[in-house]
Amino acid sequence: MPAQLEGLGVSPGTVSGPVARLGLPPRPPADEKAGADPAAEADRVAAALEQVAASLEERAARATGDAVAVLGATAMMARDPGLMATVRTRLDAGQPTVASLDAAVEGFCEVLSATGGYLAERVADLRDVRDRALAVLLDEPMPGVPHPGHPFVLVARDLAPADTATLDPAEVLALVTELGGPTSHTAILAKGLGVPAVVRCPAAADLADGALVVVDGSAGVVLVDPDEADLARAAARTAARARLAAAGGGAGTTADGVGVALLANIATVDDARRAAAVDCEGVGLFRTEGLYLGRATAPRVEEQEATYREVFAAFAGRRVVVRTLDAGADKPLAFVDHGHEENPALGVRGLRVARRRPDLLDGQLAALGRATAAEGADVRVMAPMVSTPAEAADFVARARAHGLPVAGAMIEVPAAALRAPALLAEVDFVSIGTNDLAQYTFAADRLQGELADLLDPWQPALLDLVALTGAAGLASGTPVGVCGEAAGDPLLACVLVGLGVRSLSMASGLVPAVRLVLGAHSLARCGEMAAAARSAPDAVAARAAARALLDDAVADLL
Amino acid sequence: MPQRHVVVASSVGLHARPAALFTQAAAKAPVPVTIAKVGGAPVDARSILFVLSLGVAHHDEVVLTAEGDGADAALDQLAALLAQDLDAAPAGS
Repeated sequence: MPAQLEGLGVSPGTVSGPVARLGLPPRPPADEKAGADPAAEADRVAAALEQVAASLEERAARATGDAVAVLGATAMMARDPGLMATVRTRLDAGQPTVASLDAAVEGFCEVLSATGGYLAERVADLRDVRDRALAVLLDEPMPGVPHPGHPFVLVARDLAPADTATLDPAEVLALVTELGGPTSHTAILAKGLGVPAVVRCPAAADLADGALVVVDGSAGVVLVDPDEADLARAAARTAARARLAAAGGGAGTTADGVGVALLANIATVDDARRAAAVDCEGVGLFRTEGLYLGRATAPRVEEQEATYREVFAAFAGRRVVVRTLDAGADKPLAFVDHGHEENPALGVRGLRVARRRPDLLDGQLAALGRATAAEGADVRVMAPMVSTPAEAADFVARARAHGLPVAGAMIEVPAAALRAPALLAEVDFVSIGTNDLAQYTFAADRLQGELADLLDPWQPALLDLVALTGAAGLASGTPVGVCGEAAGDPLLACVLVGLGVRSLSMASGLVPAVRLVLGAHSLARCGEMAAAARSAPDAVAARAAARALLDDAVADLL
Repeated sequence: MPQRHVVVASSVGLHARPAALFTQAAAKAPVPVTIAKVGGAPVDARSILFVLSLGVAHHDEVVLTAEGDGADAALDQLAALLAQDLDAAPAGS
C-alpha cells in the first residue's frame, strides 16, 4: 500500500523517480581518541585534503562561468600549507585527528569573519572544504548535492542557495523539503528549473535514498512506493503538461481580447538567455543584485554596462524591466556597509540604500542608461522598497537624468499601496512585488516557514492592497504589473487581472499555463473571480471562491 | 637575512584577488618566503589563509623575508607585486 505524505505544493507538475538525499555535513565523533603517531595522522589529513582539492578541480574543469574561479580558489584553500601547518601543531599537541582538522578550519573561519565583509564568502567555501575532508576521514557520504548518476528527486530538510549552486538541472526531477514556504529558495529554484516541488513535508525526513516516489507539486503530495496505476497517472499528467507547454503562444490576452503582458523574471545573464528563448513579451523583473552578491567591491560602471548590454541584446525589440539594486535584509552586498540592524527587513534596504550611498544608484543608472542607448530593447527601470510619492519622484528624476525615459516603482510597502493615486502620479508604471508586500502587510518574515499561511498570496488583505493599486492604475492610465510569485499561479493571475493588473512577470516556465488559463476567461469573469476572492474570510476560502468560477475547460489543468 | 619592506598598494589591501595573486607568486619562489606586518609574527607567504588572517589593509607596511639561493631576486619580485594595485589589473593577465 503506497504511503501518502502531505506537504505544500509550491511548483506544479507531477513526476516519479528515485529519492536522493542532500548529504548532511559530518561532525567529529564526540569520543574520538588521538592517533598513536601524529606524523601518520597528519599524512591521513593531508591525503583527505588532497582528495577534496582534486575533486574540486575536476568539478572546475567541467564547470562554466564564475563557478570555475570559485571552485579553483576553493581547491587552493584545501591545499593551503597554512591549514596543514595548523593541523600539525594540534596533532603534535596530542589532539584527535578529525577534531584537529575541524578546529583548525574553525580557527581560520573566526579570524576571516572578524576581518570583515570581504571574506564572508571564503568562510563558507572553507567550511565546505572541511565538511568534505571530514567525510573522507570518517568514510561518510559526501555532504551537499548527490550525484547518483541518474535523474533523482532531491530530498532535504531545507535547501539554501549554497546547497544548490552545483545542482545539475538535467539530473533533478523534483524537490521535496521538510521545511520552507511558498517564497522559500526551494520554491523559486523549482519554478526556475520547471520541476515540481513540495515543501513543509515533515514526513520527508523518513524518505531513504533510492526509494521510489511520485511528487505532485500541484497538490503538495508525495506518494511513497507507488503502484502501477499511480505511476501511469503520473506519466499521463507529465505528458499533459508537456502538451500545454507546446500549446499556442503569442501575446497574453483575456478571452475578450484585453492585453496582459506575460513576462519572465531573471537574475543572471544565463537566465536572460534561457528566458529569451521562451515565448514571452520580455522581462518583467530583472533582479540586478544577483549579479553582485559575492562581490567585495562595487562593480565598475563599464562592467555593469557590459552585463546589461548582454541582457538587453537577448531581448532586442522586447520589454526589459530592470529593478535597481535591492541590497539588504536577506541579500546583503559585501560592498555596501549595512552596519548592524536589529530588523534588517525593516532597515536600510532597497532604494533606502541610496540615502547613504547615492553613488551606487547613480552608477547603476548611468550603466543602464548607456546600455539602453547601445541596444534595441524597450528598457524600463524601477526602484525597490519605495514607501512615499516623494521617494518615487526622486528616483524617476534620477533615472531621467541618466537618459532612462521610462521609470517606475515597486509596490512592496503597504504605505505605497495605500497612497497609490498620489504615488502613481509621479511614475510611468508600478509593479507589485507580492512576496514583500505580503511580508510587510502581515508582519511575517518571508524566510519564516512556520508563518507560510500568513504569506499566502490569496490572503484577502493582500488582495485589497492590490485592488487599491489596480484601481489607481485604471483611473490614471498608469500601467500596474505584478512580479511576485502570485503572477505565476494561473488562477490567481485571473484574479489579479480582475483587480486591474495588466502585466504579469513570473518564472519563464509558468508562462504557458498562465497564458492558457487567462485566455479562457473574459475580463468580466476575472472581475467576478476577484470580487469573490476579496469577499472571502481567509486565503483558503478566497482560492476556493475564485476556483468555483473557473472555466471547466481548464479546471483539470490546475 | 634578506628582507624587503613594502607598502601594500591594492585598494582592498591584501584580500581577495590580490591575496590570491601574491600567494600564487610566493608558491613559485625557489625559497620559502615569509610575510609579516611590521612588528608582527611572520607567516608562510604561500598560505592564502595565513595571508588573509594578517588582515593587511590598503597602505599597510609589510615585511617579506627569505634566505638561500635566489632569495633576493624572489623578494624583489614579490615586493614589486605588492607595490602594484593588483585589484586594478585586468583579469587573466
